[in-house]
Amino acid sequence: MPRKTANYRNVNENPCNMCMPMGGILPFKGIEEAMVIIHGSQGCSTYMRRHIAEHFNEPIDVGSSSLNEKGTIYGGSQNLFQALDNIRKVYNPRLIGILTSCLAETIGEDVEGMARDYRKKQGLDNFPLVGVPTPGYGGTHSEGYWLALKKMVAALARPTEKHGGINVIVPNLSPADMREIKRILELMDVKYKLLPDISETLDRPIARPYTKIPPGGTRVEAIRCMPGAVATIQFGITVEDNVSPGHYLQSEFGVPLYNLPVPMGVEATDMFVGLLAEITGGSVPGVLKLERGRLLDCMVDSHKYNAQGRGAVFGDPELVCAVVRTCAENGLYPAVVATGSGNSGMKELLDPLLAECGQNVDYLDETDFMRVRTSCRENGVNMAIGHSDGKFLTESEGIPLVRMGFPIHDRVGGQRLLSVGYTGTTNFLDRVTNTLLEHKHKNYRATMYREFYREAGVKKRGCEIR
Amino acid sequence: MQLMKISNWLCEDFFRRDVINVSTAVPNDNLIMERQSSIQVKGGQRKNQLKCDVESIAGCVSQRACVYCGARVVLNPVTDAIHLVHGPIGCASYTWDIRGSLSSGSELYRNSFCTDLKENDIIFGGEKKLARAIDELVEKYESELVFVYSTCVVGVIGDDLEAVCKTAAHKHGIQVLPVQSSGFIGNKSAGYRAACDALLRLIEPPGGARPINSRRPVKSVNYLGDFNLAGEAWIIKDYLKRIGVEVNVVFTGDSNYRDLKKAPEASLNIMQCAGSMSYMARRMEELYSIPSLQISFLGLEDTAASLCKIADFFGEPEMMRRAKELIKEETIAVQPEMERYHEKLAGKKAAIYVGGGFKAISLIKQFREIGINVVMVGTQTGQEEEYQTLHDISDDGTVILDDANPSELERFMTEKGAHLLVGGVKERPLAYKLGVAFIDHNHDRKHPLSGYVGAVNFAREVYSTVCSPVWKYARETGGGLYAAENSELPER
Repeated sequence: MPRKTANYRNVNENPCNMCMPMGGILPFKGIEEAMVIIHGSQGCSTYMRRHIAEHFNEPIDVGSSSLNEKGTIYGGSQNLFQALDNIRKVYNPRLIGILTSCLAETIGEDVEGMARDYRKKQGLDNFPLVGVPTPGYGGTHSEGYWLALKKMVAALARPTEKHGGINVIVPNLSPADMREIKRILELMDVKYKLLPDISETLDRPIARPYTKIPPGGTRVEAIRCMPGAVATIQFGITVEDNVSPGHYLQSEFGVPLYNLPVPMGVEATDMFVGLLAEITGGSVPGVLKLERGRLLDCMVDSHKYNAQGRGAVFGDPELVCAVVRTCAENGLYPAVVATGSGNSGMKELLDPLLAECGQNVDYLDETDFMRVRTSCRENGVNMAIGHSDGKFLTESEGIPLVRMGFPIHDRVGGQRLLSVGYTGTTNFLDRVTNTLLEHKHKNYRATMYREFYREAGVKKRGCEIR
Repeated sequence: MQLMKISNWLCEDFFRRDVINVSTAVPNDNLIMERQSSIQVKGGQRKNQLKCDVESIAGCVSQRACVYCGARVVLNPVTDAIHLVHGPIGCASYTWDIRGSLSSGSELYRNSFCTDLKENDIIFGGEKKLARAIDELVEKYESELVFVYSTCVVGVIGDDLEAVCKTAAHKHGIQVLPVQSSGFIGNKSAGYRAACDALLRLIEPPGGARPINSRRPVKSVNYLGDFNLAGEAWIIKDYLKRIGVEVNVVFTGDSNYRDLKKAPEASLNIMQCAGSMSYMARRMEELYSIPSLQISFLGLEDTAASLCKIADFFGEPEMMRRAKELIKEETIAVQPEMERYHEKLAGKKAAIYVGGGFKAISLIKQFREIGINVVMVGTQTGQEEEYQTLHDISDDGTVILDDANPSELERFMTEKGAHLLVGGVKERPLAYKLGVAFIDHNHDRKHPLSGYVGAVNFAREVYSTVCSPVWKYARETGGGLYAAENSELPER
C-alpha cells in the first residue's frame, strides 16, 4: 500500500497539531522553580497559556517579551531583557527558559546569544537561562517539546562522577502517568532522575500558601548530574537524534541510552520493568506481578468487544505508537493512524506489528483533520482515540472519541488521565471498551431495525441514530 | 428595599450616576514599577486617572491576546465565510472553533483553514501558496466570501495580501477580503479595528453608493457586538420583535454574506460590545448616516434600560408601551428566583477581570442586582471613557486595573477578600487555587448570559459556585473566600 503523506499542499483544513513553542513550554513547567518566556508578540503566550490551562486545569504563567512594531524593526533584545527583569522580580525563578516565536525567528533573533548578553549585563554568571529556538513554522509541538528538553540538558549537564542512578526521560504524558512511572521506579528500588516531572507542578493540590510557581519538578542539580548516570531510559522511539536528550547524553557523555516505547500495554511495560530489573540486578516485586495479572484479566474480559472496533488513532507520534500497540495487543486494530508531525516513522515502527491483523491501515503524517475524517469514513472507523480536537469526528461522522493525550480542552481531568504501566493500561483499556459498548448499545436497536425490518407500509421509527 | 430593587429592574431611572468623593490610596509594594499607573484604588479623586490602552509591558504575564486574536473573534461568527489564516499552523490551531457562536444555517465558520507556512514559505514568500489555498477552498466549499487573516510572520515577510485577495476575488467572482491582523502591530483592539475594516469593505454598496434614508425600513436595526454565544442574539432579536423592532443583521452573531450586505439599510445601530464595535458604529454613521445607541443586555437593569432606550429613540408611544409591558412581564417571571439568589448572596464580594470595559460596567450593576459588591475590577482592553464610568460607579476602595497579570489578580483578590472572580479560561484555575469561586464570562460558553434568561443563568451560576458545599472542605487550604474569617491566614 502506498504511503500517504503531505496530503494537503496549499491548505491545512483543521490542524492536527500545534506549534513548536507550545511544546517547548511543557518541559519547563516540569523543572523545579522554573519560568518560561516566549520571545514574540503577546498573543503567542496567551493562546498557549489558555490551551495548557484548559488541559491541566492549573494556572499556567508564561511570560512574553510583548514584541511590538518597534522591537520587530530594531530588534527585540530590549524587550527580552525587560521581560527577564520583570519575571525575575515577580517570580524569582531558579531557571528561565526562553522560547522564540515565529516572529522572533523571522527577524533573526538569536536568543541564545541574547541570554549570554543578559547574564553578562546583570552579572548572573551561573544563572541558567535556556534559549530554545522554536519557530512556529519549524515543526509541531512534539518537536518543540523534545528540543526544549535537549537544549535544557545541553545547557545544564556537566561531567559528574558516576552516581549509579538512572535518567528517565519522558514524552508529553499526563501528571498521573508520570506519578505511575515514578511509583514503578520506586517499587523497583531504582535511583532515578525524571525529566521533565510535571507530576506535581501541573496537578497541584489545593494547599496553602498559594505560590506563584507550583512546588515540585525536576531539580536543576538533577539535570546537571545526568551525565553521571549508569543509563538513560527515554520513552522516545519516534524521536529523531538531533532533538533527543537521551542521544545527547550518550554521544557527549557516554551514558548508555535505552530508547523504549511509552510503557503502555503488556509488552512495553514488560520491557520497561524488565530493563529496570536487568540494570539494577533486582527482581520484579510481587505487587507489579499482581497488577500485570489484573491487566491480563481485563484484556481477557474485553477482547471480544475490542475485536469489534476499527480505530482511528491520532496525536503526538510517540503516544500514537503507544496507543496502537496497546490496542493491537487486545485485538483492536487501527484502520487510521494519524499525526500532524512530519517524518514520524510511524509506519516503519508499526507495520511489523500490524502485518498480521489482516486489515488495511491508513498511515497519515503531516496531516489535518479533514483528511483524517475522509479516511475514517472510507475505512469504516467506529471509534477514535486521541486529543480533544477529535470531537470534530464525533460531531461530523458520529465516531465516539476516547480522549487521550494533549490537549483535552472539552473535558475536565486531562491531568488525571492514567494510561501507563499495568494499572494505567487497565484503566485505559476499560475506557476504550466501555466507549465501544456504549456506542453499540446506543445504536443497535436503530441499526438492526434499519437493516432487517422489512415489513411493508410501516412508518420508520423516529429514534434512528447515526 | 425589595420594592426599590424591583423598580431598578423596571428601568425607572436608567441614567442614574453616583459621584463619590473620598481619599486616595494606591498600593505600590511588590508590583512592577512600570505598572503602577495602570492600577488605582477608588477614593477621593473625581476623575479617573488610570492609564489604559497602552502596550503590555514585557515580562508582565499579561492576560491579553494579540491583534490576530481580536480580528478572529469578531469575524469568526460569520457563518458562511471561509476563514483562512495565512500563517503558521499555531495561529489556526489555537483558534479553531474557538467561540460558542451558534448558526441557524451554514457551519462553514467552524472550520479552521490555514496556509500552514513552513520554513521555505518564509524564505521565498507565501503569496503563491495563499493564492492556491484560496483556489482550493473556493472550489471545494462554494462560498461567496473569504476572509484572509494576516499573522505576525506574514506582516514581517511582507506578503501582499491585498493584491492576492484582489486577484482571487476577480478570478472567482466572489469577495475575498484581507484582514490586516499581524499580531505585533498593536493589541487586541487593533484586531477589532482590522475586523471592522474588513466588514466595512464587505457591506459597501457597489460603487460606494449610499442608500437613501427614506427607503430604509423604519424600525429596522443592526445589532452590533453580539456574537450569538449560546443563542444570545436570538434572545434579543425576539425581545426586539416583541416591541416592534426588526433586526436587520447582527454583527456578527449568526450572520452571513447576504444579510451583512444589507447592513447599510438599517435605520439604527445598537451596540452591545463597544470594545469591538464602536469603530464600526462610528464609521457607519459617517458613511451611511446610521446613528447608534450603546446598549447592554447583561442583567435586568441594563436589559430594561436598553429596551427603553431603543423605544425612546424611535419615539413611538406604542413601542414604549410594549417595551414596558415586556419588561414587566419578564421581570415578574424571573423575580422569585432572583430574590432567592439575592437572599443567599447578599454581602458577598466579587472581583471582575474581563476583556472589555463595557462588559465590566454591566457586570458591576448585575452583581448589585443580586446583592454583591465589586471590590476589584479590571479589563484587558478597556478605553478611557469606560474606565471613567467604572470609576464613577465603583464603591470606594475598589481596585481598578488595566491589563492585569496573574500576580496582581492574586494579590488584589486576596487582599480584598473577594468571594468570587468573573473572568475567562486563563483566570479560572487561579481563582480556584485561591479558594475563590468563579464565573466564566468567556466566549466559548454554552449557556446565554444575555437578557432575562441570561440574568437568571448568571445569578444561578454565581449561587452555584459561591454557595457550593465544596468550600466547606477547601476552606482550610483555600485563599480569598475565607480570607477574612480564617485566623490562620497570614496578615497581608
